[in-house]
Amino acid sequence: MSASKTIKMLSRLLCTALLFGPAVAFANEGYDLNLQPGVTEVSQMQFDLHMLVLWICTIAGIGVFAVMIYSIIAHRKSKGAVAAQFHESTTVEVIWTVIPFAILVAIAVPATKGLLLLESNDKADVNIKVTGIQWKWEYDYIDEDGVKFISQLPQAQEEARKLGSGTDVTTVKNYLLEVDNPATSDDTTDGYIVVPEKKRIRLLITAKDVLHAWWVPALGVKRDAIPGYINESWFYAEYREGEDNIYRGQCAELCGKDHGFMPVVVKVVKQADYDAWIAKQKSAASASAAADTQTFTMDELMKRGEQVYNSSCAACHQPNGEGITGAFPAIKGGKISTGDMAGHINIVVNGKPGTAMAAYGDQLSKADIAAVITFERNAFGNDKGDMVQPSDIK
Amino acid sequence: MSDHHPTGIKRWLFTTNHKDIGTLYLWFSFTMLLVGGAMAMVIRAELYEPGMQLVEPNFFNMMTTMHGLIMVFGAIMPAMVGFANWQVPMMIGAPDMALPRMNNWSFWILPFAALMLVMPMFMGGDFMQGQGPAFGWTFYEPLSGQYNKLAFFIFAVHLLGFSSIMGSINIIATIFNMRAPGMTLMKMPLFVWTWLITAFLLIAVMPVLAGAVTMMLTDKYFGTSFFDAAGGGDPVLFQHVFWFFGHPEVYIMILPAFGIVSQIIPTFARKPLFGYASMVYATAAIAFLSFIVWAHHMFTVGMPVAGELYFMYATVMIAVPTAVKVFNWTATMWKGSMTFETPMLWAIGFVFMFTIGGFTGLMLGVAPTDFQYHDTYFVVAHFHYVLVTGALYGIIAGVYYWLPKWTGNMYSEGLGKLHFWLSTISVNVLFFPQHFVGLEGMPRRIPDYNPMFADWNAISSLGGFVFGASQILFLVIIIMTIRGGKKATDQVWEGAEGLEWTIPSPAPYHTFETAPEVK
Amino acid sequence: MSDSKYYLPEPSHWPLVGSIGLFVTTFGFAFALLNYNAPVEEGGGTIGNLMVMYIGMAIIAFMMFGWFGTVIRESEAGKYNAQVDTSFRMGMMWFIFSEVMFFAAFFGALFYIRQLSIPWLAGEGNNAMTNELLWPSFDGGWASDGKAMVSPNPEAYPTPKAVVGAWGIPLVNTILLIASSFTCTFAHHALKKDARSKMITWMIVTLALGFIFLGFQIYEYSHAINDLGLTLSSGTYGSTFYMLTGFHGAHVTIGAIMLTIMTLRMIKGHFTPKNHFAFEAAAWYWHFVDVVWVGLFIFVYVL
Ligand code: HEA
Ligand code: HEA
Ligand code: HEC
Ligand code: CUA
Ligand SMILES: [Cu+2]
Repeated sequence: MSASKTIKMLSRLLCTALLFGPAVAFANEGYDLNLQPGVTEVSQMQFDLHMLVLWICTIAGIGVFAVMIYSIIAHRKSKGAVAAQFHESTTVEVIWTVIPFAILVAIAVPATKGLLLLESNDKADVNIKVTGIQWKWEYDYIDEDGVKFISQLPQAQEEARKLGSGTDVTTVKNYLLEVDNPATSDDTTDGYIVVPEKKRIRLLITAKDVLHAWWVPALGVKRDAIPGYINESWFYAEYREGEDNIYRGQCAELCGKDHGFMPVVVKVVKQADYDAWIAKQKSAASASAAADTQTFTMDELMKRGEQVYNSSCAACHQPNGEGITGAFPAIKGGKISTGDMAGHINIVVNGKPGTAMAAYGDQLSKADIAAVITFERNAFGNDKGDMVQPSDIK
Repeated sequence: MSDHHPTGIKRWLFTTNHKDIGTLYLWFSFTMLLVGGAMAMVIRAELYEPGMQLVEPNFFNMMTTMHGLIMVFGAIMPAMVGFANWQVPMMIGAPDMALPRMNNWSFWILPFAALMLVMPMFMGGDFMQGQGPAFGWTFYEPLSGQYNKLAFFIFAVHLLGFSSIMGSINIIATIFNMRAPGMTLMKMPLFVWTWLITAFLLIAVMPVLAGAVTMMLTDKYFGTSFFDAAGGGDPVLFQHVFWFFGHPEVYIMILPAFGIVSQIIPTFARKPLFGYASMVYATAAIAFLSFIVWAHHMFTVGMPVAGELYFMYATVMIAVPTAVKVFNWTATMWKGSMTFETPMLWAIGFVFMFTIGGFTGLMLGVAPTDFQYHDTYFVVAHFHYVLVTGALYGIIAGVYYWLPKWTGNMYSEGLGKLHFWLSTISVNVLFFPQHFVGLEGMPRRIPDYNPMFADWNAISSLGGFVFGASQILFLVIIIMTIRGGKKATDQVWEGAEGLEWTIPSPAPYHTFETAPEVK
Repeated sequence: MSDSKYYLPEPSHWPLVGSIGLFVTTFGFAFALLNYNAPVEEGGGTIGNLMVMYIGMAIIAFMMFGWFGTVIRESEAGKYNAQVDTSFRMGMMWFIFSEVMFFAAFFGALFYIRQLSIPWLAGEGNNAMTNELLWPSFDGGWASDGKAMVSPNPEAYPTPKAVVGAWGIPLVNTILLIASSFTCTFAHHALKKDARSKMITWMIVTLALGFIFLGFQIYEYSHAINDLGLTLSSGTYGSTFYMLTGFHGAHVTIGAIMLTIMTLRMIKGHFTPKNHFAFEAAAWYWHFVDVVWVGLFIFVYVL
């Protein structure tokens, strides 16, 4: 940040800090200081309510601070002020108890309405099961057979965000707010949740391992993802001509090491485009199901396995397979990954409850699991020489 | 009155004297402030620019976690207990605390608890990957359950709780049983009142926290399923139990600060505290309400809507008694004859900035909008306004106010004022922009962020470095005052009233061995 | 009760010894639990060596003897005036209050699990989809509805063969413990009338009732574990059952130890009709433990 810009920002900050009031004025001028109104009824309700309470607080603040400042200026000893000795008055005490109470009631009315809207439970048109997993999201369009995919930070950003990556992240487009589907890493918009416009979308939010929270500010949705429970939320968006209709958000509940790297991207499209997208997803799903019945060569498995490893496993076990002592075991020379094959398949398919090691059986295709196990057993100098085929995975 | 006291290290290890123990608490707290503050500096340095520059993500999470825990349990709470130890007996005319040996125990558990808390950071693997607790100061299950050295953390919390409970029992027994004749409850200085109520809160909620961590322990190591849906439990149950403790906890940190400020403002306005009785009732009302609002930290967990409505209404109600307090302070200053020595500056800073933090608290309490604010830097801004410019400002104000009584020397007024202005300007540069990035959508507890948040984060970090450096000045001022300076009079402040100002400065080792008469 | 001044003790090393004891105990336990992280083949997954913890406990026991010994000597020497006595009373009262809140956390967990989380997992409230998508075979219910206590995931948290009924041993235990509260009070009355042999007799009866209670409790546990297959990991029923009754049992044990010491002191001739706070504190504690049991009996066994 340049020095002159710093000074400009600092002086703006000073103005706002000194006078809460202008903050509101600034806020309305799109200085990026304020909540954004968003694109749904709920997010606009939240924005209006936010502005209402902000104004009430600002006015109350100006009132209280004005009296204090006046008193500080006028009633100082150096000006010869002599202390009065009054120290109670039931009347004023009652008044200044009742007034805040009345203000609160005035806030509570729209707040109640807003909350009932936010939690309303009408019939939905599209149901999407959203599962938070350390550190990615899985989306399952439960009305559409087989439309289910993982969405996570793209590989390129994974590299850029590493400590000492040497990348100037200000040049990375949508840094930390972009997603990709690791199964088809060719097309970077593949991890987007695509939804049709003017439809009530119901989100069924849950988690596999720890708490996460699914949050897209512009849609006004933030909801915790809790393992073992399903939380519902919803939104309804319109397609906006001339805009990209892409809304970005992040995981909003501390979920471990890479909590900061778990973005969410939603794309609102016209119904026809949605139908086309669903069709494409379905054919991709059947292609991957076909792979599950195939038999691969060692080279194919290793190549595929490396890709899966880097996108799904390296976050914990590290790209070099050495893990992180004390938290994530090494794959390189690891007990299980150089041990008995059945044990290796078991831990990958079923995970280990109570640890960060998730059950990959329902996250990855059989082909991918077979490939990644083969990769682990032969990479990093493990050189076991054995091979797993999709048919070996139960 | 004899001023004879034991010397050497044994004086501090074995002491049963409330003033020694108060001193121990205060120094412990200051040390922890520096440790926790240094961690905050790591946080602010990493967040200075987008991109990862200094630490690994897990190390960052560990810094956040340990910073929160150390500040809450190591810096703020022990400082308040330190004040209670020094001041409560002197303010009510008691010869010492009611249970002096237990008082020593309450203190000496603390360093061991702190050791237990920080030890895992240095155990096992690569230090830079963050081996310590990294699950937030709220240690939500099941994330905390993944941590392989969880038992150390759990027992640290048990020890902290044990210490707090014993300390609180002592304070309550002292206040109820040791008052000088004539010191009726409604004549007690407000600081004593706020501590009485705080101690009650502590005894009520620390055991619940102990229960929560005990359930974590058995869930992780002994097969229970309190927080695991697979056995019929619920991770959200943990949050309910935690916040049943956690919300009163935030008032535990602020009520004694209210008390300190209520002592200081009348002194420098030279006018009795306005609405003493309503102050007492308001404190009690805040304490009562604090038990029934906990789930406002959990609006997004998917509670039934009736629950959300109830917790919203109850939460915003707290603004009423708090408003009474703010108005009473204002009315105390009104038509006073004010001077602005350092303690008064900090107290006024407290009233202004705590109120700002209170307003954002009110905004958070409005459930539909909390869905947007929750877990963003808006929350971080809120609680630093109430905690740093609230609780910590109260503590600093109290230190300047009573330091002459404790040491017998006046601090340097010029340096004190410099400390105030440096801190107050920088603390706003530090925390005010966090409102903006929060509203823009920056989540909390993240080590890296999209460049759109970059400008305000850089400003915030700069403010943070200056604020941190100003606290070094505080340390220097305190040491200078202990070592010398203008001698303080007994009354110290022209407008000061109360028993503690009737005894010599520095306060002798034993005071009020024969109870004073209070009219 | 001679001194008119409030007794202020000299510096003491016992608190520091106590702190060290607490630290060594908890450190030792935590250190042993680290063993859970080790691979199973290397003996992991279980509690490791507890030696350090035992040393810590010994230090705590040493501290208690030393500290309480000092207190008893001071008390018998008449150093405590009525005001000191009041401080002790308040200390004990508020300590018991903190214990009440400790149990409240577990009772709260029990209510939450029964009233909210189990019904939710079974699809009640706004959780229809929780049941449908995640736990389709779970239909909820609690022991007292006559249900077998099936967990949502019985593989991870196996189902016990049956749950513990209320009207056998637990009912007997309720009667025993209530009776012991009465006998304890009789001992107190005898003490106030200076009827010392009567007092000691009632104390022994109280202790006997307490130990029989504990014996039954141990018997019931072994029955539950061995015959019913009910363990801590039998889902939330097992969790709440053992946590509540277990912590209660631990408190009965502590109470019984306190009463034993009081009885021994009585035999040694301690306490006077006016001055016997230590005994009263132990008695309060005993009543508290009794009240908790009644809560347990109702909420854990009957309802
Ligand atoms: C000293 C500590 C302290 C104090 C005093 C408060 C005070 C309040 N807090 Fe705060 N709070 C915290 C510490 C504190 N808080 C912390 C640490 C967290 C985060 C925890 C975590 O997640 O890590 C938190 C988080 C937090 C949340 C959760 C946010 C989220 O995670 O989504 C909420 C929500 O309701 C909240 C509300 C309030 C309210 C309503 C008050 C009220 O008491 C404020 C009342 C005061 C005023 C309102 C100002 C004075 C009044 C007037 C001048 C009169 C005029 C008033 C009217 C307009 C009616 N707080
Ligand atoms: C209780 C009191 C308390 C206090 C006093 C503070 C003081 C400070 N806090 Fe915070 N903070 C919390 C309680 C507190 N905090 C809590 C509860 C959390 C939530 C944790 C969680 O999410 O789990 C939190 C989280 C938190 C975050 C969010 C982290 C995240 O979400 O990832 C940040 C970020 O800026 C922050 C910053 C600061 C700063 C800059 C200070 C400064 O005021 C500190 C100033 C003091 C010093 C700096 C010490 C003195 C100086 C030195 C030791 C010398 C070194 C100095 C230099 C190098 C200049 N704190
Ligand atoms: C979120 C973090 C995380 C991710 C992602 C992850 N693992 Fe693991 N993995 C762990 C942890 C933690 C363990 C240790 C479990 C234990 O305590 O036994 C583990 C253990 C293992 C082991 C056993 C190692 C040994 O020798 O003990 C193998 C093999 C393994 N994982 C394979 C994989 C594969 C394959 C993937 C990706 C498809 C993967 N892991 C992704 C965290 C992770
Ligand atoms: Cu997922 Cu944070
Ligand atoms: Cu709160």
